[in-house]
Amino acid sequence: MSTLTNLTLKIWRQDGPTGQGRFESHQIPEISDEASFLELLDILNERLIEEGKEAIVFDHDCREGICGTCSLMIDGQAHGPSKGAATCQIHMRTFNSGDEIVVEPWRAAAFPVIKDLMVDRAPLDRIIEAGGYITAPTGGAPDANLIPIPKPVADASMDAAACIGCGACVAACPNGAASLFTSAKIAHLNLLPQGQAERYKRAEAMVEKMDEYFGSCTNHGECEAACPKEISIDNIAIMNVDYLKSKFKNRKLLDR
Amino acid sequence: MTITLDSKIPDGPLADKWQNFIANERLVNPANKRKFKIIVVGTGLAGASAAATLGELGYQVEAFTFHDSPRRAHSIAAQGGINAAKNYQGDGDSVHRLFYDTIKGGDFRAREANVYRLAEVSVDIIDQMVAQGVPFAREYGGLLDNRSFGGAQVSRTFYARGQTGQQLLIGAYQQLARQIGLGNVKLWNRMEMVDVVNIDGRCAGIVTRDLMTGEFSSHSAHAVVLATGGYGNVFYLSTNAMACNVTGAWRAHRRGAAFANPCYTQIHPTCIPQADDFQSKLTLMSESLRNDGRIWVPKNPDETRRADQVPEDERDYYLERIYPSFGNLAPRDVSSRAAKRMVDAGQGVGPLKNGVYLDFAEAIGRLGESTIRERYGNLFDMYERITGENPYEVPMRIYPASHYTMGGLWVDYELMTTIPGLYCAGEANFSDHGANRLGASALMQGLSDGYFVLPYTISQYLSEWLNKPIPDASHEEFRKVQQEATDRFKGYMAIGGTRGPDHFHRELGRIIWDYCGMDRNAAGLEKALSEIPALHEEFKKDLKVTGSDTNVNQTLEKAGRVDDFFELGMLMCKDALNREESCGGHFRSEHQTDEGEALRNDDDFAYVSAWEWSGDMANPIEHKEQLEYEVVHFQTRSYK
Repeated sequence: MSTLTNLTLKIWRQDGPTGQGRFESHQIPEISDEASFLELLDILNERLIEEGKEAIVFDHDCREGICGTCSLMIDGQAHGPSKGAATCQIHMRTFNSGDEIVVEPWRAAAFPVIKDLMVDRAPLDRIIEAGGYITAPTGGAPDANLIPIPKPVADASMDAAACIGCGACVAACPNGAASLFTSAKIAHLNLLPQGQAERYKRAEAMVEKMDEYFGSCTNHGECEAACPKEISIDNIAIMNVDYLKSKFKNRKLLDR
Repeated sequence: MTITLDSKIPDGPLADKWQNFIANERLVNPANKRKFKIIVVGTGLAGASAAATLGELGYQVEAFTFHDSPRRAHSIAAQGGINAAKNYQGDGDSVHRLFYDTIKGGDFRAREANVYRLAEVSVDIIDQMVAQGVPFAREYGGLLDNRSFGGAQVSRTFYARGQTGQQLLIGAYQQLARQIGLGNVKLWNRMEMVDVVNIDGRCAGIVTRDLMTGEFSSHSAHAVVLATGGYGNVFYLSTNAMACNVTGAWRAHRRGAAFANPCYTQIHPTCIPQADDFQSKLTLMSESLRNDGRIWVPKNPDETRRADQVPEDERDYYLERIYPSFGNLAPRDVSSRAAKRMVDAGQGVGPLKNGVYLDFAEAIGRLGESTIRERYGNLFDMYERITGENPYEVPMRIYPASHYTMGGLWVDYELMTTIPGLYCAGEANFSDHGANRLGASALMQGLSDGYFVLPYTISQYLSEWLNKPIPDASHEEFRKVQQEATDRFKGYMAIGGTRGPDHFHRELGRIIWDYCGMDRNAAGLEKALSEIPALHEEFKKDLKVTGSDTNVNQTLEKAGRVDDFFELGMLMCKDALNREESCGGHFRSEHQTDEGEALRNDDDFAYVSAWEWSGDMANPIEHKEQLEYEVVHFQTRSYK
């Protein structure tokens, strides 16, 4: 265990969605390398409160990288420097004494800043509401072992389902596209036998809802690099194929 | 409101009670369901599944979450799995066995009929979740895989890697999202419930605070469901998410809902030990790791060698030694206390000597690293990220931490609290786990309550209100309660002291952990009962909340939650002092066997303590629900 000294935090402060934002500098004389990055912000906030200043607003909750609530651009990278980790899983041992660390909110047109480092990610929920589910009302389900699912299929579905809905993919994308998020959900359900009945309807509805809010995908691949769950960009290909098929298939005829 | 505890357990033999209830309950016909409005607070497993199912049935549902999205609820962090009596492994499981294991695991302090129902519907949960697309782990043949878990001798736990809670919550969230998209459920996000409103002896609705604007508003309904989670964060350091709090349940308690068994808290044996003083939370390592990991400490308290250099005969595999038949899979309370004893005896490991080893070397040797990686890869990665140590090479270090609370709002068989029309589901209620919860049973209970119990039981109450007017949110009682809530939050802003709410929370947590944690005694509890009010007074005089109350203010949100933790903390200690026995998670050092095991007192304490708010946190009123067992017989819980 060792101590980092003389850190400078440059943190984005913004009073509200329409307020003018600005960077604010804070000195951190010393911090243990065992501390997490968000614990550093906690300590800073306690200090600010005791000095009579307003605490920095940031979203966070589980602090173990699973709830998807935390959302910071650290030195220009969504969820900071560690690969396959959310902001809450970044520890100070990743940094060096004397570092200047720049902390910003997600920057995306679809995610307006609510205050300081907190943004509104509600459009992600709208995409799920449009079709990111299997219609299976409670009570009528057949025995769970009735449909065997080959292990590789279940695993591929699980790989996609691991998405935590944090929005880092959108924040990292130069176009502000939500293709990785949307495709992960489409792949999770469309790969499974249970998801087949609504497969094409789902792809169409979710992609079109996504297009209402987010930019277009031009295959930069920044999303995959930023994803704390390392969701594969291959899911976007699965989504595109299913979307295209949905447009060609005469589903109205099939539905009858 | 006077409290009478009527558990409303249906007639008939234990195995028939639930079916008898369904056969005889009052229903609401489909056309009439639209006439009823139901508020669901919380969108974790219990809340999301309840809101989605009630919406599907045709009720007007309004779901409230203080998160930005329903998918953030802390159910998402559950790692290990969900139990169900499917007997897919053909290893002798049955509804009765799951029921019995749960009652025994709960140290004979749970209500028999509720637990039986839980075991009964467990099989439906798995069917339902698979139909919704939850990608549970599978065998190569395509059938569902199972693993074993603490407190059971069968493999009945279904899992999705180490992210079972996430996958189940996303399943329930997707069902909820569908209902929101269809317009059957209205979602209020970033809205915190701050009070319950009762009119004419029934729950009439809630008061909320919009976390974006600070605005208070009132919402009326025919029935309200609280699925607001547990209170483990009263310890400050716990495995709960940062925002988990007791406010929903506590505010209902202050308005007349009895609070049951607050001293039953679960300390989970496998968490990463605290590294320093300003740590904000502790991280759980799933109990499933105990399937393959072996727990040990060096026999020599002054051991300085690296773990892999300590020879076998100088290691104490204490769980295997003391509990040969369950070994490393001994239940949580038993394992936690054993770890505490080792550390207290100076045999702890790590820089602060505050942990024990969980060693995978033998399993890696037997199964190969790739199998271990497949089973626990994400947990190992998580461990390495937090500690900087690679658990494939060195053993993990673990120590117990607050994880789950078995206590909660008292509910009857229909999940109704002592306030008519106010229901409570999931971890927020007290009903199914007695004094100790078995692993992989929390997810089961949350989904059981939300999918398969509430949607049936709520019509029993609603049917009485068909075509009768209910007061709307402009009723003077709503205005009065809303004003009280507004004043309370303005009060926090106005104190103008010197310390933020986290300071007081940390101090409160220390008191509770020291005196009402894994090992409790009368002197310590008395001490806590005098220290907590003193600290609470200091909080009321010295709290400092900066910022504004008409804008996002996380400091103000926290102040309200910490305030409620003080009062709850008092009740926990009071309850722990009152219960002169040891059972499950409640261990009183005065009541132990010669071998240091928990010593229950079934003659005097086979009851549920349901506390009534008296207006004074130092003097709550106790009510008792006697636990009567028709099928199981008290026995000393032994895992040896």
